[in-house]
Amino acid sequence: MLEILPLILVFPLAGMLLNAVFSRWMDETWIAIFACGASGTAFVIAILQAIALSGNHFHVETVLIADWITIGNLHLPWQMRVDTLSLTMMMLVTGVGTLIHIYAVGYMRGDPRFARFFIYLNLFITMMLVLVAADNYLMLFVGWEGVGLCSYLLIGFWYDKGDNGVGNARAGRKAFVVNRVGDMGFLIAMFLMFGAVGSLNFDDVLYFFEHNGVEVAGLATVVTLLLLVGAVGKSAQIPLFVWLPDAMAGPTPVSALIHAATMVTAGIYIIARSAPIFALAPVSQTTVALVGASTAFMAGTIAVTQWDIKRVLAYSTISQLGFMVAAVGLGGYVAGMFHLITHAFFKALLFLAAGSVIHGVEHGGHHTHDHCDAQDMRNMGGLRHRMRITFWVYLVGAVSLAGVFPFSGFWSKDEILADAWNVGVVQGHWHGVAVYVLLVLAAILTAFYMTRQIVMVFFGEPRSSAAEQAIENPPVMTTPLIVLAVLSVVGGALNLPGWHTLGHWLEHTHHFFHGLDFNLGVALGSTVFALLSIWIGTLVYYRRPLENATAPDQLEGVLGPVFRFLYCKWHVDELYSKTIMALYEWKARFLAFQVDWYFWHDFVHEQLIASAFRGVTVVLSGPVDKGVINPFFDGMAQLVRTFATRVLRPLQTGYVRNYALGVMLGVIIVLGMIFVNEGM
Amino acid sequence: MTISNLNLVGTLPLLFLSAWACGLLLVDLWIPGDRKHMTGWMALSGFAITFFWVSSNLGQREEAFGGMLAIDGFSNLLHLVFLGSGILATLLALNYLKQHDIERGEFYPLMLFSVVGMMIMSMAKDLIVVFLALEMLSIPLYVLVGFARTRADSEESALKYFLLGAFSSAFQVYGIALIYGATQATGFAAIGDAVAISGASPLLLAGIGLMLVGLAFKVSAVPLHMWTPDVYQGAPSVVTGFMSVGAKAAGFAAIVRIFFSAFHSLAADWAPVIVLFAVLSTVIGNVAAISQTSIKRMLAFSSIAHAGYVFVAIVPGGYGALSDFAASAVIFYLAAYGLTNIGAWSVVIAVDHADGMGSDISNYAGLARRSPGLAAAMTLFMLSLTGLPPTMGFVAKFYVFRAALAAGYTWLVVVGVVTVLISAYYYLRVIVVMWMNSGDGQVVTPRALNFTVGVTAAATLVLGLLPGPLMAIVESSVRGLF
Amino acid sequence: MLLQELLRDYLPIAILLFVATGMAFAMVALGHLFGPRRDGKAKLMPYESGMTPIGSAVRRMPVRYYLIAVLFVLFDIEVIFLLPWAVVLRKLGLFGLIEMLVFVTILLVGYIYVWKKGALEWE
Repeated sequence: MLEILPLILVFPLAGMLLNAVFSRWMDETWIAIFACGASGTAFVIAILQAIALSGNHFHVETVLIADWITIGNLHLPWQMRVDTLSLTMMMLVTGVGTLIHIYAVGYMRGDPRFARFFIYLNLFITMMLVLVAADNYLMLFVGWEGVGLCSYLLIGFWYDKGDNGVGNARAGRKAFVVNRVGDMGFLIAMFLMFGAVGSLNFDDVLYFFEHNGVEVAGLATVVTLLLLVGAVGKSAQIPLFVWLPDAMAGPTPVSALIHAATMVTAGIYIIARSAPIFALAPVSQTTVALVGASTAFMAGTIAVTQWDIKRVLAYSTISQLGFMVAAVGLGGYVAGMFHLITHAFFKALLFLAAGSVIHGVEHGGHHTHDHCDAQDMRNMGGLRHRMRITFWVYLVGAVSLAGVFPFSGFWSKDEILADAWNVGVVQGHWHGVAVYVLLVLAAILTAFYMTRQIVMVFFGEPRSSAAEQAIENPPVMTTPLIVLAVLSVVGGALNLPGWHTLGHWLEHTHHFFHGLDFNLGVALGSTVFALLSIWIGTLVYYRRPLENATAPDQLEGVLGPVFRFLYCKWHVDELYSKTIMALYEWKARFLAFQVDWYFWHDFVHEQLIASAFRGVTVVLSGPVDKGVINPFFDGMAQLVRTFATRVLRPLQTGYVRNYALGVMLGVIIVLGMIFVNEGM
Repeated sequence: MTISNLNLVGTLPLLFLSAWACGLLLVDLWIPGDRKHMTGWMALSGFAITFFWVSSNLGQREEAFGGMLAIDGFSNLLHLVFLGSGILATLLALNYLKQHDIERGEFYPLMLFSVVGMMIMSMAKDLIVVFLALEMLSIPLYVLVGFARTRADSEESALKYFLLGAFSSAFQVYGIALIYGATQATGFAAIGDAVAISGASPLLLAGIGLMLVGLAFKVSAVPLHMWTPDVYQGAPSVVTGFMSVGAKAAGFAAIVRIFFSAFHSLAADWAPVIVLFAVLSTVIGNVAAISQTSIKRMLAFSSIAHAGYVFVAIVPGGYGALSDFAASAVIFYLAAYGLTNIGAWSVVIAVDHADGMGSDISNYAGLARRSPGLAAAMTLFMLSLTGLPPTMGFVAKFYVFRAALAAGYTWLVVVGVVTVLISAYYYLRVIVVMWMNSGDGQVVTPRALNFTVGVTAAATLVLGLLPGPLMAIVESSVRGLF
Repeated sequence: MLLQELLRDYLPIAILLFVATGMAFAMVALGHLFGPRRDGKAKLMPYESGMTPIGSAVRRMPVRYYLIAVLFVLFDIEVIFLLPWAVVLRKLGLFGLIEMLVFVTILLVGYIYVWKKGALEWE
């Protein structure tokens, strides 16, 4: 059964190629069938693998596809790995991926680049599966870069839209460039690993670190910090989170699939995958936890102030990714993975539902010719009557995200908080306490901004004619929403206290992976905080709804400059552009003008080389060539010509008698030669 | 008394073509004057049938007519050259004769007879047969050269060719008589045996010399070349293209057969003469070509020079083991020269006019603009005649020089390469004139001519890029013959 | 030795040479002895196939004359070939007969060609 694993890559790839080649002869229905079919088949294969693996006593299996690189000691095969961790990711990617595929069929209907969208989407699924199914770091890196490419392509999918017609393309570029920084860290980490271990296979590398223990702790610290750089880039953590909000320029299904559910969790995945190395590096773990927690808090504060429905979700995603990173940093791998899964459900749900809202409002806009910004929450309001299904599923997603009992978010988030409590209070580490505090604050903010969003979008009176005319979307879009809503509700059952299904399942991969017992105090505390926060949010926004689309936020009056500071995302973008970008541009300008143009081109090339060359050529072409060489060959040619015209031409008289004489001459020459030669 | 080992079956293609020629001569009598192209097509079909007949059976090793004729790879490959040039020339003639108002049915039977003569020449293993074949190929050519009776220069060239041809034939007959006197034999094998026993006598050496003169005249080697430019210029271009390939190849065939088998043991005596022919022909032919303004005369001198290069390949034939190599090189060179030269003459025909205009090199100015395809083909032919890659001419010259190098004639190869450099001057001048000068003038390109140019150009290029298969065929056909 | 054999082979020819020369001289001498002498200017001119021996060497002649002459030579050779063939026909047998038939057929082709072309008609 396990040997069919490569098919999980083959089907999405085949779907992509099929659509890439034949889409021009197919209508949208067929394109959609192929794309969704490819993704769905991959999901079925993932399920079959899970069954096979459990039948195999969870024994880790590798499947060799082909040899790839064999140079000296470096031996890197295309080899896939089946263990509980990779299978978890595979099922998540293909399962959620398939639902989003189906949703996208409705969302993208009528788009002129319909086929291209699904080609990219299938390619993304393929690459993501390469990432999670890899058996070595380099193959993982191929998938890592592959999903990065797809992300770039899909953020800039509507490349002709956005600010000045280039906004979306710029957003794609920003994502790509920022990710390069993380990739660099990842690459250097790989070099170090190969230098020390001589292999990049997971088993070899992890065995090396586990086996050598504290002897290689220094190396482990460096490697893990570099891996963290990679994870920070991919999973949008401080300081590299700036690309993710801009990435909302892509179509909403992309935001749901790539920028909420799957790709951005790759950072958490490699940390979990490299858990034995992190175990050797407490400094790195602390750093990871603090980075995650700070990100969770900071993104939460920004999310409170945003108007754009997708931007709120984007910052929420960053914040939740911070939760996961903090969890794995604290060694709570099961909690991190658990939150990763539940978050994939409810955040995908929220994004898709947001897309549904946008779609509905846009439709209303078309209807009334009110071309307001369909993503701005100030233009919405009262949509709960017009979009019933969307409202309910959105509500489910929101309460799940807010961590309300018994929705899935409650269980997973609670486990992370319990981990932090455990590290901080029970074990007495200062960073545990810090992480706990930051995460609780972030959780409060989460509940608050979700309340704000729900109220602004669905309650009160419509604040634009587009919102008045908004309509519910067809079943092709709402069905995946309902499925995801159900998953968001029951997702917590994956790892209920006492059973620890997920924990035991993941334990088969690493012994580090084990669940934590339920902490009733923490759970009660966070529930109280969440409900309190919802209540405050209701007070602020429901009691005094926004009057019209241009009115300032209710909080702005209270918080003033703080609100504006948060609204401007802590001015991180500006900070980067003032420091890094400016420095970079100055350096580039210096290199381009001073070094390359003035020094290299003008001075070295023009003045030194070219003028010297010219001098030599003048000598060569003048005295040498014209003076000596040319006359010599001219003379030779002239000689030949003269011989031909003066000597040979007169011989050709045209008289037969002369010609006969020539023949006679020939006879004499031939006979003479023969006889002289013979000596007679 | 009957002739033993008659082997009529082996000579069937030859007999068929002879009979076809005789028959065509009669059939033509009843074909009306405005339908003479039918005769042409019939001649063409005769050529084509024989061509495929011969090519289906390249590897034969037989004798016929009591050992007077050889049927082997050497003769068969050269038959293909003769028949091929016959086919291409006949195709060209279909329109050329009508356009120049000299269309007569006899043209085609004469071509057939001449080709039969050439074929016999390449099969001959007996001096009498050599002479017979020589006359059989020459006499129709005399007539063909003078076929444009209305033009004085055609008649003049026919007369010159005839007189000088008869003159040199006389030398050849005399040489044959002397050889017979010295060896009591006319068959090559018998002569070879006699020479091996008695060695060289003055009588024999004189006979060899005179014999060589007669054959060298046919291939227009310097200093027996004087007739060539005048005849090539005066003759109808179709005939020139045909004879410059066919007659030359036939002459070389006889030289190779006689000297590689009958007089093999006397190589020390005849090789210097061959070297002399090679040097004189390449140098004088190429140098004289430089000062020509008429493309026909230029090609005439070029053909003299190319005879010189073939002589370069014959030189190693006297060196035992290299005979096969030399014979292969000769065949390959003749095939390459044949294809390229007929192609070049096809272009000359296209530019040529009935009023005698258009044979000047300056008439080629701007050809590239008027008909780029023709100019491109001509460029290819000129490159091939020069011997530049990627054309067949390059491979052929390479082959020839390699044979000479193997025999240790490095200085001869140096002379050859220097003369190739000289030749580049006048060949490339045609290219320059075609592509860089501007001019106007009508070009007549009927379909048959386009076909000929296309086939020869394609073959020149393809065999220049992939000469391997043809080389393999040539070498396997000739292996062990000499 | 070789030379002697060679000479002996040529002996009949030498005899023929002497006999022919002697015969010619004898004829002239006999005519001189017995013939009447009535000389005139025309009679004393050298005789050459009915052509006037005096005048320009370049003379215009009808081209038909050459045509007929060439054709005559051509078909005359046939006879020269036929005579020795006839002598040894019995030795050659059927093969000889077929060979001669081929030869004659080829000549016949030429004959038909010449005939059809009208080369045999004087006017």
